[in-house]
Amino acid sequence: MLQVNAIGKIYQNGARALENVTLNVEDGEILAVVGGSGCGKSTLLRLISGLDRATTGTVSVDGVTISEPHPYIGLVFQEPRLLPWLSVAGNVGFGLDEPDTTRKAQRIGEALEKVGLSRYGARWPKELSGGQAQRAALARALVTRPRVLLLDEPFSALDAFTRAELQDHLLDLWNESRPTLVLVTHDIEEALFLADRVAVMRPHPGRIAQAFDITLPRRRDRTSPEFEAVKRDVLRSLNSTLALHKIAS
Amino acid sequence: MSATEISLPEAMDEQRSAARIPKSRLKSVWLGVLLPLLLALLWEASVRTGLTSGRLMPPPSRIITTLWNLWQSGELTTHIAATTLRVFSGFALGAIIGTLFGALTGYSLLARRLLDPSLQALRAIPSIAWVPLFILWLGIFEESKVALIAVGVFFPVYLGVSGAVLSVDRKIVEVGRIFRLSGFELVRRILLPAVLPSYIIALRSGLGLGWMFVVAAEFMGASEGLGYLLVDGQQLGKPDQILAAIITFAIIGKLSDSLLAAIAAPFLRWEDRFGREA
Ligand SMILES: Nc1ncnc2c1ncn2[C@@H]1O[C@H](COP(=O)(O)OP(=O)(O)O)[C@@H](O)[C@H]1O
Ligand SMILES: [Mg+2]
Repeated sequence: MLQVNAIGKIYQNGARALENVTLNVEDGEILAVVGGSGCGKSTLLRLISGLDRATTGTVSVDGVTISEPHPYIGLVFQEPRLLPWLSVAGNVGFGLDEPDTTRKAQRIGEALEKVGLSRYGARWPKELSGGQAQRAALARALVTRPRVLLLDEPFSALDAFTRAELQDHLLDLWNESRPTLVLVTHDIEEALFLADRVAVMRPHPGRIAQAFDITLPRRRDRTSPEFEAVKRDVLRSLNSTLALHKIAS
Repeated sequence: MSATEISLPEAMDEQRSAARIPKSRLKSVWLGVLLPLLLALLWEASVRTGLTSGRLMPPPSRIITTLWNLWQSGELTTHIAATTLRVFSGFALGAIIGTLFGALTGYSLLARRLLDPSLQALRAIPSIAWVPLFILWLGIFEESKVALIAVGVFFPVYLGVSGAVLSVDRKIVEVGRIFRLSGFELVRRILLPAVLPSYIIALRSGLGLGWMFVVAAEFMGASEGLGYLLVDGQQLGKPDQILAAIITFAIIGKLSDSLLAAIAAPFLRWEDRFGREA
């Protein structure tokens, strides 16, 4: 279980990015975190991943306190952040600790296949489209088989078409090994399509305003009346927490 | 390092191995030599027709004859070899030290605060000002010449490396951190490849300065080398020899630069940039 215990983050410039955030995420759960920009979503993921230290509070996975990047935890950044001097396959294998080169190549091949990039392993990152690059970044995080995968607005730079496709893809991948997912997004539909639970954040200081359990059976139909109904509920609640204008923007 | 991690030419697909069209390449070479060729012809004609005497500015044919004679007698080879060896030694020395200091001050804030002010102060000294001191310390033979060239090469390399390491994108460094690279691995797998393009540029400007400084070094007194040919030509009133030496400088300077660029090119194929080399 991923436990976030009352963490807070005050940056050196005094910005109170997070205050007293507590979350428990069950193994295999998909948690979506929504909120407008600047309400501390990225900060939250950076603290969970161990890239940054929390000013107060602790993060633990299965009781192990996280204070620096940990092999249990993978992170997909908002941008692909592929290393331009490595081939796509080289990028996917970048964090893979596998001394046996044939095994390594095999695992890279599998990961590429899972994200639909089998034919692109030999390419340079500069030869990929935005969606392909984001897939490669996903494969790079997945290939190390993290127990917890953090995704920071991974699809936000993509067109609606590619985004829907990758959301489907992400569910397929999640279905295979059921890692815990924490997905940051500003797209409520994306959150409702993917998540078991949606946490809404508010800024100044960043905190969790409200959380909704989403019990609709998967694979959810974005156009079904049930989906629309849940969406309306969430939006209405958001409105009453005064966060709506932030999220809609 | 695993096979998938090396960005060697083998990793290319068909698309990339389809070479650049040689025709357009040839055309750009022709365009490049058009102007000097035209000027040379004009000068030759004006001397031949008696418009100018050509005494102080000998026509191309005389320069070529001089070059040919120097070549025939084996002198040119000796001079080129002597100068090239000096540049190469000074370049190697300056580039190695420049790389080390640049990497150190780029990577460590402490080292930067400690070393950079002094190095910047040293850089403000015109390098030629070191000549008397180097002669006193190292004598008038090879050591002082190589030292001067090394000083010339050091600064562009130092500045280039240090600046490049400092400006490596934090976002890419974080990729290394999220995969828990150790300090050394971070340098080897992230910082070094990231700075490679600017490093090559720094080396090339260092090499260029090396060729500049070798002349100064050989003016200090040398019995062979292209710089010696220049001094000798001036003292004996042989402008054709001076021009022959200058042309030789231009050719081997350009050749060494192209060689460096060509050695680097396969490692920079991944670059995604606007411009192409001529
Ligand atoms: N490195 C930093 N230094 C100072 N302030 C920061 C830094 N990163 C983020 N912040 C501030 O913290 C707040 C939360 O930022 P962030 O977590 O990036 O929000 P989000 O991802 O929700 O858009 C913002 O007000 C932002 O200005
Ligand atoms: Mg963010």
